[in-house]
Amino acid sequence: MISYILRRTFAAVILLLVVTAVTFAIFFLLPRMAGQTADQLAQQYIGKSPTQADIAAVKQNLGLDQPLYLQYWHFIKGIVVGATYDLGPTTTHCNAPCFGYSFKNHVEVWPQLTSRLPVTLSLALGAAVMWLVSGVLIGVISALKPGSFFDRAFMGVALAGVSLPMFFTGNLALLLFTYQWPIFGRTYVPFTENPAQWANTLFPAWCSLALLYSAIYARLTRSGMLETMNEDFIRTARAKGLRERKVVARHGLRAALTPIITVFGMDLGLLLGGAVITESVFSLPGIGQYAVQGITDNDLPPILGVTLLAALFVVIANLLVDLLYAAADPRVRLS
Amino acid sequence: MEGKQTIMRRSALAAVAAIGSVSLLLAGCSKADDNNENNGNKSAGANAATKEVVNASTQKGGTVTYEYSDVPDSFDPGNTYYAFMYNLSRLYARPLMTFKPAPGEAGNELVPDLAASAGVPSDGGKTWTYKLRSGLKYQDGTAITSKDVKYAVERSNFARDVLSLGPNYFQQFLEGGDKYKGPYKDKSAEGLKSIETPDDTTIVFKLNRAFQEFDYLVATPQTAPVPQAKDTGIDYVKSIVSSGSYQFQSYEEGKQVVLVRNKNWDAKTDPLRKQYPDKIVVKLKVNPETIDQDVQAGDAIDVGGTGVQAATQAKVVNDASLKANTDNTYGGRLVYMAINTQVAPFDKVECRKAVEYAVDKVSVQTSLGGPIRGDVATTVLPPDIPGYQKADVYATTGNKGDVAKAKEQLKACGKSTITTNISARSDRPQEVDAATAIIASLKTVGINASLKQYPSGKYFTDYAGVPTFDKKQNIGLHMMQWGADWPSGYGFLQQILHGDAIGASGNTNLSYLDDKVINETLEKAIATEDETERNSLYAEIDKRAMDLAAIVPLAYFKVLLYRPTTFTNLVSTAAFSGQYDYLNIGTTEK
Repeated sequence: MISYILRRTFAAVILLLVVTAVTFAIFFLLPRMAGQTADQLAQQYIGKSPTQADIAAVKQNLGLDQPLYLQYWHFIKGIVVGATYDLGPTTTHCNAPCFGYSFKNHVEVWPQLTSRLPVTLSLALGAAVMWLVSGVLIGVISALKPGSFFDRAFMGVALAGVSLPMFFTGNLALLLFTYQWPIFGRTYVPFTENPAQWANTLFPAWCSLALLYSAIYARLTRSGMLETMNEDFIRTARAKGLRERKVVARHGLRAALTPIITVFGMDLGLLLGGAVITESVFSLPGIGQYAVQGITDNDLPPILGVTLLAALFVVIANLLVDLLYAAADPRVRLS
Repeated sequence: MEGKQTIMRRSALAAVAAIGSVSLLLAGCSKADDNNENNGNKSAGANAATKEVVNASTQKGGTVTYEYSDVPDSFDPGNTYYAFMYNLSRLYARPLMTFKPAPGEAGNELVPDLAASAGVPSDGGKTWTYKLRSGLKYQDGTAITSKDVKYAVERSNFARDVLSLGPNYFQQFLEGGDKYKGPYKDKSAEGLKSIETPDDTTIVFKLNRAFQEFDYLVATPQTAPVPQAKDTGIDYVKSIVSSGSYQFQSYEEGKQVVLVRNKNWDAKTDPLRKQYPDKIVVKLKVNPETIDQDVQAGDAIDVGGTGVQAATQAKVVNDASLKANTDNTYGGRLVYMAINTQVAPFDKVECRKAVEYAVDKVSVQTSLGGPIRGDVATTVLPPDIPGYQKADVYATTGNKGDVAKAKEQLKACGKSTITTNISARSDRPQEVDAATAIIASLKTVGINASLKQYPSGKYFTDYAGVPTFDKKQNIGLHMMQWGADWPSGYGFLQQILHGDAIGASGNTNLSYLDDKVINETLEKAIATEDETERNSLYAEIDKRAMDLAAIVPLAYFKVLLYRPTTFTNLVSTAAFSGQYDYLNIGTTEK
């Protein structure tokens, strides 16, 4: 088990390096290949009418005058051992993991990520609970009564849920429950400040996300359950005289859970990396909103920071999924 | 300034654009709010805040909430270039001069703020002396001195490697400004020699040329004092030392800022600020539709001041009672198309004139949102900028273009057809729509233009603002929107018409016009002491630019603000692009 986790961790580090390298290349190498000069890039971070001296100073300060491989090396080095930055009158040491300073407003990236993480966590975990419970429940009931009115109705709703994009359902939820009938709050309140208001402001966002995801989980559960419930071991369980509830929950659902856990791990990991549209619609100051800001400003350090964090969440989620396999399915052994 | 409020980093993110479209649909379906007396307060009538102080009150207490759909460049007064930050920062950073909190064009009047009186010019306008008020203090009770003002100018203009986001006019106009390395690198005690502080209340600026509008320059937040001992450079934004009526209680980067009363601010030293609310909250990255809802509910003010979203516009303009709570005014901006005089065949004035006559400005106006979003423009200077004189060099019937005259000019240019490209910013749907309308107009006279879209963040640094790129890509026409850095002809015209403003990249003079007459007249104007004479010179430059057909004025941009009825002392001021003046807004709610 320990050697398995160590191997996976090593593979994860390699993967994260590749992810940062690709992101770096997309935002820095490709524009250069298309003819963008370091001067033009530096100018994006200066106000109007910069002199050549201004441009040269900014290039030097941001390290844009260095070869790309060195810029990338400094970024990676900062994450591992920290880095020192020029603030103007003084310098400051950015402790590891140092994701650098924003090129645009010179704010340290790591504190931005950590301060926004609780918002994204609140959104993702709340929504995940809702979609997992509702999706699996609907899927199981539909599978047990295939072709029934319930099955058809909920699968129809599930299809609609998958089809409707977040910017539609999110805005609809806002319009109805926040603007028209102000049942829910408009401004995010941290859990530590007021748990009731925290839940109140997040509820429409949770529902909107859950509508989108639970549809997928309902369909996955239904198909998995339909297949499992026709397996020999289910017939054996019933022949042994087990109660139907036990057959469904302990034998049927447990076996059908494996693909759901896989997808759940991926979905949750991705969502923790920032629910870009949801956070924009509901004005949630999370990681997704930060990513959008970074992309708008062509601000590499925040983009790299968010990408790396998102990739880390996906890797961790996948690792947990693999560990959960063993718990969910006795046939799986980690080696 | 190239769009600090609507333009540069307007919150129109790609994702939000899509969100906005759906919101438009959704809000269009929603039931109209028929409450014409929002929250029980009687409406003052449409455009009231452009003529008078609406809800005038001396009531103290409560919290005034501002909301913005994006984040500003910085709250550091020495590192910002956003129009609304120029307005808002005065709550905690007092510049030497500022604009009088007054409605409409009365708001363009400069009044002393930290200074006791307006600048005293000498040496023909090359030297400007200011005396500070007595008894000025920072939030910690320490005295504000002229050395702090000097230091503020030095750090904001001469340390652009770290504080890079504001303009650098002082660097351009101060004697020796091109050589001074800034206070972070130059550790000498005297600093920049062309700013003298003979005593703690006197500051003298020595310029490299006569500049009669220097009072406008010292009205920027860059002259708000910064104590050198407390300056942490980039990090100063996290611990700004207030010289105004409010100070920072909390600063959460990219999320929220809370200001509370500055107990060491003394009303006796400040005839402008009244310190009405107990607290001021600025919320950032709020969904634009949510801002509109909060503004209509009387819960917030849109601090960006760009006006309501399209969905809200449709709702309020079609309901007389809601419209009574709006202010629709010029924003000191011009929407125009620059004709690139360096890209053939537009290097010939006749070909440029063909474009001037061909454009159907009414169709462009419609694409921008109709008359409520701008009047058809015929001059470079908008009507709310001093120096504007009504003129229409290329008049056409109903402003719908004149095919015959356009073809005549085309013939004089030696062409029957022209193939070119027109650039526009991809993340500004209205600009793209306007370009599309222009393309249709031009086609009717034989000018075939193809639309080239570029992201706004790189529009000037990588694309339209790079002359070699324009020539290579055959981009002869550029969509553009421009507002003045300060409300004068020079503040508006210099960056878009002066030959000196043309560089290898990052240009805002997208006509790439380097006309000796315009250059000299601009220099002459700024050295002219008499304001009336100066304004007539600006009008001459405007006419010259139109005669040279370097710019196709399309619309005098107008903002449509919804006026929340729960807030007091609201004036829509021309000095800040039609925004409400944020200095003395209070609330009726506790």
